[in-house]
Amino acid sequence: MAQNLTASQRVALARHSGRPGPMDYIQGLFTDLFEQRGDRLFGDDSAIFGGIACYHGQSVTVLCTRKGKTLEENLKMHFGMPEPEGYRKAQRIMEQAEKFGRPILTFVDTSGAYPGLEAEERGQADAIAKSLALMSRLTVPMVTVICGEGGSGGALALAMGNRVLMLENAVYSVLSPEGFASILWKDSSRMEEACEVMKLTAADLLELGAIDEIIPEPEDPEELPERLRLVDAAIQKHLDAVKRLKDPARHRREKFAAMGRAWLRGGTV
Amino acid sequence: MSQQFENRRERFLKLRLWRKSSEVPFSPKPGLDPLFEKCPQCDQAVSRLDWNKGLNVCPGCGLHRPVTAYQRLSMLLDSGTFREFNASLVGRDPLRFPGYKEKLKDLRLRTGLSEAVVTATGKISGFPVVIGVMDSRFIMASMGVAVGEKIARAALLAKRRRLPLILFCASGGARMQEGILSLMQMAKTASAIEEFRRAGGLYISYLTNPTTGGVSASFAMLGDITLAEPGALIGFAGPRVIEQTIGQKLPEGFQRAEFLMEHGFVDAVVPRGEMKNTLVQLLRLHSQRR
Repeated sequence: MAQNLTASQRVALARHSGRPGPMDYIQGLFTDLFEQRGDRLFGDDSAIFGGIACYHGQSVTVLCTRKGKTLEENLKMHFGMPEPEGYRKAQRIMEQAEKFGRPILTFVDTSGAYPGLEAEERGQADAIAKSLALMSRLTVPMVTVICGEGGSGGALALAMGNRVLMLENAVYSVLSPEGFASILWKDSSRMEEACEVMKLTAADLLELGAIDEIIPEPEDPEELPERLRLVDAAIQKHLDAVKRLKDPARHRREKFAAMGRAWLRGGTV
Repeated sequence: MSQQFENRRERFLKLRLWRKSSEVPFSPKPGLDPLFEKCPQCDQAVSRLDWNKGLNVCPGCGLHRPVTAYQRLSMLLDSGTFREFNASLVGRDPLRFPGYKEKLKDLRLRTGLSEAVVTATGKISGFPVVIGVMDSRFIMASMGVAVGEKIARAALLAKRRRLPLILFCASGGARMQEGILSLMQMAKTASAIEEFRRAGGLYISYLTNPTTGGVSASFAMLGDITLAEPGALIGFAGPRVIEQTIGQKLPEGFQRAEFLMEHGFVDAVVPRGEMKNTLVQLLRLHSQRR
């Protein structure tokens, strides 16, 4: 395990092209995978994958962001940045999970929602807001794994799990470090500095209470079998725990409502 | 008893804040016209009196200049009905972000606000409401933990008292200085609004310039009724980021209130002069008990 990495080194690792992505976990951990496509409104965004699969003998709904393997795929999927259709597809699939009582497992690796002209025209903000509202009331258990990058609302729109797990070298932040530096200091080249002050590593987030557990990673950033074993063990443990919850929707609402409260003071109502 | 004490403490804290803010010496900029102020859009000289009477809307070109939270509230609420709650609710500095504490302190002195949103109860033409107004002078009204909590508590109060909820949104998005915890406020506010709406509450979201980022992608876009001020910039990504992504200039009017209405995301674009009447109309239409 890599212990003494700086935050910007972890960002580099999280973005490393050979690093196993969400699709590798989905293909490695699930059997009987059936992909569901399209949002039934406008189109299909392949930057989000969704479907039904079997996980240790149980049907589950799986959702993830994906960046694609070839350059052609990369471009089509905007390197893992979903369009509104992607989020609306995810909503459709989550509603179905609710209907059939399937637990939901989500895997996140995206630098954010796609900031394009058409994406705005078709309501990127609306799509993300609706996803958040939907996840706050889903009555089926939900577990999220942040596998690589988790950036901004585009990541959160798939990441409101009852448990949020994070790989050791993954990062999760309010905005990409480049965007952060550009907004705050009008200078995107100060990205390394941004990485340090943003508190975006798994250890930072655990301390801030934004995630529930860190999944350790093997030394080799491209190694897969050992990773799969570790991720599998973590998901199983937490899925078992959240399946025992009486009211997963309420648990999720209260969990996210509590975030940051430790840093508040004052107030009357 | 403890509630009374809390109220008193809150008033006291506010008074102290005001007293401090009045200590900041007022010095008019040299060369500033005491009677007229030019419209930044059409360059027409408009008397300060007309700016005031016209709710900060330019009589020439209709530009809606920003108004502060308390100005907005005074335009809307019946006199004597305004009761602010959670005025003393503030956040701290979870990331120990360089310079953030000082920035908050400075802004509190200069604006008299404790945070970027004011939440209150009050009456609009006799209709009781819970109302929240964001103030863009406070770090672009960005949403940190305190803002998220105030919005969520406003929704909770509206649910408990079975009152309509009106939120005037204006924000650059999540507050960078509070990092991931700001992002989580999107989940918190969206949950609270959803719970309120599912309990049968009426939520009117009024989008003002600008409503972007994490605020537009959470509670701002979840209104039962969504209104917008003319010309307000509304979107998820900012125009500069989009231009960088697609490598070309954006068309005129892109992401403006009218554009959003045309694309189906806003019920009506309502000029400030009609704001109160429109809200009263909506409140009246929702006032019949089922």
